[in-house]
Amino acid sequence: MNVLTLSQLQFAATCMFHWIFVPLTLGLSVMTAVMETRYVRTGDETWLRMTKFWGKLFLINFALGVVTGITMEFQFGLNWAEYSRYVGDIFGAPLAIEATLAFFMESVFIGVWIFGWQKVSKKVHAASIWLAAIGTNLSALWILLANAWMQKPVGFVIRNGRAEMNDFLALVTNPYGWIKFSHALLSGYALAAFVIMGVSAWHLLRKNETDFFIRSFKMAAVWGLVASLGVALSGDFHAVEIAKVQPTKFAAMESVWETKKNAGMSLLLIPDAKNERNSVETLTIPGMLSFLAFKDTAGEVKGLKDFPKELRPPVTPTFLSFRLMVGLGTFMILASLAGVFLSRKENFVDNRPYLLLMTIAIPAPYLAQQFGWLVAELGRQPWIVYGVLKTSDAVSKSITTTQVAVSLIGFTVLYGVLGAIDFFLLAKYAKKGPDSDLSHIINAQGRG
Amino acid sequence: MDASVFQIIWFVLWGVLWAVYFMLDGFVLGTGFLSTFLAQDDTEKRVLINAVGPVWDGNEVWLLTAGGATFAAFPTTYALMFSNLYSALILLLFSLIVRGVSFEFRGKLDNAVWRGAWDKAILVSSFLPALLFGVAFGNIFKGIPMRNDFAAINFTYEGSLIGLLNPYGLITGVLFVLLFAVHGALYISLKTTGDLSSRAAGLTNKAWPALLAVAVAFLGYTYPATKLYDNFLKTPILLIIPLIAVASLVLVKVFAAKGQNGTAFTFSCLTIVFVVFTGVTGLFPNLIPSSLDPASNLTIYNSSSSPLTLKIMTVVALIFVPIVISYKIWVYRIFREPVTGKDVLASPEAY
Repeated sequence: MNVLTLSQLQFAATCMFHWIFVPLTLGLSVMTAVMETRYVRTGDETWLRMTKFWGKLFLINFALGVVTGITMEFQFGLNWAEYSRYVGDIFGAPLAIEATLAFFMESVFIGVWIFGWQKVSKKVHAASIWLAAIGTNLSALWILLANAWMQKPVGFVIRNGRAEMNDFLALVTNPYGWIKFSHALLSGYALAAFVIMGVSAWHLLRKNETDFFIRSFKMAAVWGLVASLGVALSGDFHAVEIAKVQPTKFAAMESVWETKKNAGMSLLLIPDAKNERNSVETLTIPGMLSFLAFKDTAGEVKGLKDFPKELRPPVTPTFLSFRLMVGLGTFMILASLAGVFLSRKENFVDNRPYLLLMTIAIPAPYLAQQFGWLVAELGRQPWIVYGVLKTSDAVSKSITTTQVAVSLIGFTVLYGVLGAIDFFLLAKYAKKGPDSDLSHIINAQGRG
Repeated sequence: MDASVFQIIWFVLWGVLWAVYFMLDGFVLGTGFLSTFLAQDDTEKRVLINAVGPVWDGNEVWLLTAGGATFAAFPTTYALMFSNLYSALILLLFSLIVRGVSFEFRGKLDNAVWRGAWDKAILVSSFLPALLFGVAFGNIFKGIPMRNDFAAINFTYEGSLIGLLNPYGLITGVLFVLLFAVHGALYISLKTTGDLSSRAAGLTNKAWPALLAVAVAFLGYTYPATKLYDNFLKTPILLIIPLIAVASLVLVKVFAAKGQNGTAFTFSCLTIVFVVFTGVTGLFPNLIPSSLDPASNLTIYNSSSSPLTLKIMTVVALIFVPIVISYKIWVYRIFREPVTGKDVLASPEAY
């Protein structure tokens, strides 16, 4: 393997690992903030216990999200120096803005929240988790605007041998970025809701703290349903945008080889990339694909054969990732819809099959998001900046195969160990259940 | 305004961001690697970790901001600095990752083997960044073996990880370790009480002569090893910067000996900031010189972003950096009281 392949593997591995922790941070920070706000408003101590319990899981998860984020910023320079030099003029800005505007806010106020229970008033304490949550969400916005620029580059001109910014507003208002942001943010909320539902279901199966976990489940089911529907809706907008600006990605997502109007969507399809066709293509809904892409059944969907082979993304993995993501997303809508109804019934804790299903469904949103990123990043290949710069031209020139092989092994071992420890701790504290004695906080903050 | 004005503004901001980062993370790193030697039992270890607990993460963001600012304002420098120093920076990155999770994970299990392992992790992952940052900056001051042809967009690097461990790089590494040790010990003396606080104060007084000796050696060796003094000899008024660094270092000892550790800590902050300022003033207008050929130097002129990007980033910095500084001051005020063993044991939220 060469420096390019190893660097791609390393970027994929560190990115995907980072994204295991980010979505839970995005969703759980906001949900914990809502719980604490309800406690401050009502004085109901169950909300405080919920804040503490879910907040603890949030923090264990948060730690790895933060430290693996440093890797992301360093890596552009480490492995993708040619990319950094070529596009830094426009791509560096959102990253620097993210640190200044969002990352500081998140990191500073999370410190107040963890250590401030007995130091600041109730309201200031609740405000600190809100500020941390807003910080994490804003952070995602700037990072996704940066990623969106790689997908749909805007606001630049090629000058002085590089891409130079000529319209900052275009970068900030890039529709691709805002759609991506809403899609990713809502999927983070959905994921957090599924984690809460899953952990609650595990406890309800054991009849632990039933009031506490039914209340948690009810809240999460509503969040999960609204967010999953929002993910589907923003995903639909996203597909339209992709069909417009990244035709090769869209064709790979749907494994379309021939350009056609009134293109149908086959429910069962097996791509045969070698022979540039699909070996199975059946249960076709006529005109559906054209409708999805252009909101018009007569719209013309570009086929992969219209593009030179070297400009096509890897079709089978992109296609499969897309289908799996959509399938899991559909499951999440149905499962959370069922949850909204079932959790309101008297005998909810006796519905063992559903509770069991929700416990084992915790990985579903995680997988959906990983597949989603595979679609986004694999589907963009061979470009690192779509239509502007190839991935193969972006890799650092001064690094050697040995250096990258060693760092890749290092990342694998380090992340493997830390990930295992983090999951062990998450499971341990999730199973332990909420603390019953919070008098040290209630006494310090005052009642009512 | 002329484009070069913004290049100079960003050079100054670049230096300030690094200086603030080292001032703030310096005491966290120092506390981290001193904790093994200063704390005598688990409660004292926890006191030390909790003394930096509320602020370490916010302090580390200055590094990300310094990195992000380099990327946005000087993309060519960002690209070549990170890729040329690949192996050293990967090691640094791994250390910072381990350090962050160690704080969070250590207290999560009540088990001596578990906690002992994280104590070792904290020791190594706090010591290594201090050393590596010093080695990296020593080499930057000295220049790194790169040949850059800006017109042809052709950049090559002729160095290696071992090559960075030259005497000047190493002495700068030791200087950083000792600076952060004294800085961390003073922070501990302020943020803890009783015996632990006195031991930290005692360590400050013991480590200071070593720091002074290395600082003198560093300043002396800088003359033959680097071109940093050129700017000072050309514009002697600038000598005020290293003079403040040296005066602050002396005042650290003066006040620490009197037991006025708060004032001593303030001067320790100034020492670190002015050591960094001395370095970057000497570098100007270079960000990273080449040790092979002056035409290959990465300067604010040949490696900066376009005027528009620099202007936008200036506006962002002018608005948001003061906001960040004000809420950070507020947070330091909230947590100004020393941390005691009693606090840590009574608070399940503590690390």
